[in-house]
Formats: sequence, structure tokens, C-alpha cells
Amino acid sequence: MAMTKDEILKEIQNVLIDALGVDDDEVTPEAKLMADLGAESIDFLDIVFRMEKAFGIKIPREELFPAEALLNTADFVSAGKLTQKGLDELKKRMPHTDISKFAADPNVNKIGDLFTVQVLVDFVAAKLK
Amino acid sequence: MRWIWIDKFVEFNSGKNAIAIKNVTMAEEHLHDNFPGFPIMPECLMIEAMAQTAGILVGQARGFKEKVILAKISKAAFFNYVRPGDTIKLYADIASIAPEAASTTGKIMRGDEMIAEVDLMFSHIDQNLAGKQFPKENFVFTDLFGVVLRASGIDAPAFGSASR
Repeated sequence: MAMTKDEILKEIQNVLIDALGVDDDEVTPEAKLMADLGAESIDFLDIVFRMEKAFGIKIPREELFPAEALLNTADFVSAGKLTQKGLDELKKRMPHTDISKFAADPNVNKIGDLFTVQVLVDFVAAKLK
Repeated sequence: MRWIWIDKFVEFNSGKNAIAIKNVTMAEEHLHDNFPGFPIMPECLMIEAMAQTAGILVGQARGFKEKVILAKISKAAFFNYVRPGDTIKLYADIASIAPEAASTTGKIMRGDEMIAEVDLMFSHIDQNLAGKQFPKENFVFTDLFGVVLRASGIDAPAFGSASR
């Protein structure tokens, strides 16, 4: 039986409470993993591991969190911003995420803001389909 | 010099789990000061002992090719003191392992008594370079670890010696 988005959210909340040591009321759908919940790079791997277990799925890290790979590609970054080519690639890799706000000012330091609790929920929902 | 906080492996199942023991003795000088008149094994060293148990388990799973670095203490809960004369058993299990990293869960027991729960994450740092360069030689797995493994009857390759 397919999980509803509410059920997925509840599981994701548990994952983030364990992985990041945050309180349940902090883990709102809009919460940003880095800016709001304090996630650092190693935490993203921790989150991937815990999500794989919670949902019984395989998650290549770059599929869920493609930012790092993008930022390490010379073509995609120029003067601290994502190039049009980089934005196109980001859109391709995060098809469930609205990147229009980020695209208006694609400062690489803001790319972390794209990763919200809701993005994780949408990712899992698409994977479980 | 490297400090080693486990004496011996008593169980080692490649890629799955390992159990190490540590005998705590008054000959360890830090116990004289931690604390004067009330010697206990510092909790941070119990985390280090678990990191060595679990880290060797993770390293062995990839043939000691990766530089396995402690990256995160996901959980560390302590329930009682460990005193000189105690033997503690460190149980480490691999929860997940991927090309870039591994996570482990662990328990520290004294007999039937749970002393601590320590869950860790390790980074395979060559897979997480982010533009940084690390020395070629594997500075994590030095021969003292090989000595512990071989003394426990577990195959270990010839590791390099620690470069000071």
C-alpha cells in the first residue's frame, strides 16, 4: 500500500529528529535542513542512510542532494553563482523542486536553502511510486 | 605514538559486526587524575575505544583501502562508571556502508550491565574531498592496529608505520 504524504512526512520527521538532534516542532515542511535545522555535510549522508532504512529504498546521495556534485563542476559555476548551464542541470536533477526563487539569485552559498523537509518528502513520494 | 583503547577483538564478522575488549587498569596514568581518589575511565576515551572498534570494522570491510575518519558522534549515552579492574566489551555493528561513508551502532557492556550506547559515522575521506588533498599513505590504519588484529587471530595486511 502506498504511503500518503502525511505518513512520509511523519517518517522524515523521525529521521531528522534522530540525525540532527532537533525537536519535532522544528521539523516543519518548510524548514531548511542547513539554515534552520543545522545540518552539515556529514549529516546529509546520515539522513540518506536513515531514509534508506526507514523507507526500504536505495538512495544514491547525489540523487537526493545533487548540489555538491554541481558545485564541483567548473562549467556550472562562475563568480560564485550557478551559470545558466548549472541551473538547467539543477532543474533536471531536482525535478520536484521549484528552483525559481533560487534562480533569481543563484548564489552558490544559498543553494543549501533549496533543501527543505518538503523536498525530502516529495523525493520519497516519487521514489515509492 | 598512537593510543589504542582496545586490547583485543573477540569476535569479528567482516562487514557486519565486531566485539572488542578493553581491560581498564590503574597503570593507565590518566586515571590517577580522572579523578583524584575516584578513578574512572573518561567517557571520551570510551567513545574513542568504540571509534577504534567500529572504525577497524568499517576499514576492514573495504580492505583497509579507505581512510576511515570519525565524522560524527550520532549518539553517546552513558549509564554507569567504568573503574580500574573492569573489563568492558565493545559491540559494534555496521548499520549502513556506502562508497563515501559508513554508520555504526554500538554498545559498551560490563558483564550484563549496559555501560554506554555509542552510535558513530565515519567518512571515507578520499571520497569526500571537496577540493582538499590528503596524503597518499593511509595514515589511519597504522601497524599498531595491525598488531591488535593479528594478536586477535584476525588477518591484517602489513600497514605502514605511523609517521610520528
